Amino acid sequence: MDFGQFLSYIGSGTVLTVGVTLIALPAGLLIGTLLALLYVYGGKATARVMNLYSTVFRGIPPVVLLFILFFAVSKGINLSAFWAGSLSLGVVSSAYQMEIVRGALLSVSGDQLMAARAVGLSRLQAIRYVVLPQAVRLAIPPWSNEAAIVIKDSSLVYALGVPEILRRAQLIGASSQRYLLAYLSAAVIYFLLVFASTRLLNLLEQKLSIPSNP
Amino acid sequence: MLNWLGYFERFGQNFLRGAGVTLELTAVGLAIGFVLGLLLALARCYGPKWLQRAAGAYIAVFRGTPLLVQLFIIYYGLPELGVAFSQNMAAYLALGFNSAAYQAEYLRGSINAIGSAQMQAGRSIGLSKWQTIGYVILPQALRLALPSWSNEPISLLKTTAIVFLIAVQDLMAEGKRAATTTFDFVGIYLAIAVVYLVMVFVLDALLKFLERKTKIPGMDIETRR
Amino acid sequence: MPKPILTIKNLTKTYGQNVIFQHLDLTVNEGDTIVIIGPSGTGKSTLLRCVNLLTRPNEGQIWLDDLEITAKGTDEDQVRQHIGMVFQNFLLFNHLTALGNVKLGLTKVKKMSDEAATEKAMHELSRVGLADRADHYPGQLSGGQQQRVGIARALAMDPRVMLFDEPTSALDPELIGEVLEVMRQLALEGMTMMVVTHEMGFAREVADRIVFMEKGYIVEEGSPDEMFNHPKFDRTREFLWKITELYGKKEKEAE
Repeated sequence: MDFGQFLSYIGSGTVLTVGVTLIALPAGLLIGTLLALLYVYGGKATARVMNLYSTVFRGIPPVVLLFILFFAVSKGINLSAFWAGSLSLGVVSSAYQMEIVRGALLSVSGDQLMAARAVGLSRLQAIRYVVLPQAVRLAIPPWSNEAAIVIKDSSLVYALGVPEILRRAQLIGASSQRYLLAYLSAAVIYFLLVFASTRLLNLLEQKLSIPSNP
Repeated sequence: MLNWLGYFERFGQNFLRGAGVTLELTAVGLAIGFVLGLLLALARCYGPKWLQRAAGAYIAVFRGTPLLVQLFIIYYGLPELGVAFSQNMAAYLALGFNSAAYQAEYLRGSINAIGSAQMQAGRSIGLSKWQTIGYVILPQALRLALPSWSNEPISLLKTTAIVFLIAVQDLMAEGKRAATTTFDFVGIYLAIAVVYLVMVFVLDALLKFLERKTKIPGMDIETRR
Repeated sequence: MPKPILTIKNLTKTYGQNVIFQHLDLTVNEGDTIVIIGPSGTGKSTLLRCVNLLTRPNEGQIWLDDLEITAKGTDEDQVRQHIGMVFQNFLLFNHLTALGNVKLGLTKVKKMSDEAATEKAMHELSRVGLADRADHYPGQLSGGQQQRVGIARALAMDPRVMLFDEPTSALDPELIGEVLEVMRQLALEGMTMMVVTHEMGFAREVADRIVFMEKGYIVEEGSPDEMFNHPKFDRTREFLWKITELYGKKEKEAE
């Protein structure tokens, strides 16, 4: 087997790695944003529940949660390892993303809300048209960090048998007895993925940035 | 429910043993990471251009690739070059090298924050560059970094959970063994999760205590993530 | 016959143990410009915030025309369409251009069409002299320009009353004039205004009535002539004297 085939075998796992990421990250964003809004605008009791969610799901190692959810889910519903793994990672990420969005919402000063109310906007409108647009921009840098983390954590699903990058590296490393090369190749591919996503999000940040002081 | 609590009784000893290994992994990883991280931070802040770039590359690589892959390279890959490590050793190294990259960034941030003004002050009374770094900048920078650096021991504690995949006998490994004995995967891993939560909680309290004890009165402390 | 537009009766506001003000009575007639002065921290800003219900008073009532806005069940958002507010720190929406800032209330609250809103918004921006900066973001505008956009934003809603909370306190000295000029114009056009400020020159020239508040009470109120030349209370005279010295707008008064 030549190096090209070697690399392409591992490389073909990229599809699954990207797949896992593209399910986990948006799932985490959806849940995280919802929870963050509840946390910041939902009142004291809700905030305490959200705090608990955050503490628990950020206090457990992702791999433990992955296993719990994977086995729990496969007992009940018939989900493939891919989906169970992706959704589990999504739940893990949601707790971190909730904190990111929450931080961003709090960073938009309360005065902006007040100014919006003064013009006659309802609370909901004020949050939607004034606070959120500004919060989104503030959230991009830490979110870019989270995206990188999810890409790297996706390697955990190899333990569930999903044939993504790491699993493939392991398989071909074993069959060719060239472990070092296999894992180094995997490392390079992951690195490129992380690099690309960070770059992309950087560009997004620049595109969305609000012009100031010419 | 009672059944579930019974797991703690039944496997408590094993869990405790595994937790001990986990804590050991965390401590060693943290220590290696700190020493190496400090060197990297100093290299980036005060070293010659080529060293800065080398340190930067190290940090980029170790933060840009999964820890699991790094672990596998060290444990499965290096033997091909003649360097073979035991499972535990490989784990220590992987955790340490990885943590170093993150700690370097925390430390670099606070060194920069303290940085040039204090450097000028130190040099102005005759201290050499390295004396200033050692006696003036680092004592302040390390304290300033504590709140955000505190994220690292906790993060590391959670990160160690993956080393069971190369058969290190940590808490997860004990969990896996217990799970295959009882076939109650969800229940056992939930119990494991609880143990991790307790460890994280205790560690967090310890770190907060440390923060309070070492705080310089009047200095700006950033808030934790 | 002057018609009261805003009637405040027995207004009290406390924060825990702190009494900000209590048993305040104030009437504002249509077309009046009321300037509220007094030492910092005496509740002037809080009073304004109560008028547009951003803060709820503990006791007392406020009427806008014939509607008691402090009554339970009033639609606060509705009320705020009729009361405009200009803030000390401008509080422009950072993510929107000047035009966007002025348009937001028009499109989302008044549900105007985009064209109608743009037309109206541009009209208001011209009114404050900033039509050519419509596409600038707050970060690209000077303090005085930002505040004028703030005024345009409030005016766009066609309010019955305009509230100004220390509108020039956060401005560099040379930018104060352009904002005060806009306010003066507004007063001349007949807008009902309540202005909290330290700008005594403005108070003297533009106010119909000056209200002096201290420690949560209205010490005295009257026309500028009365307040500056024949104040009833020593405290009033003392305060005015000090502050006109400070703000350098005093003409030699000793007649």
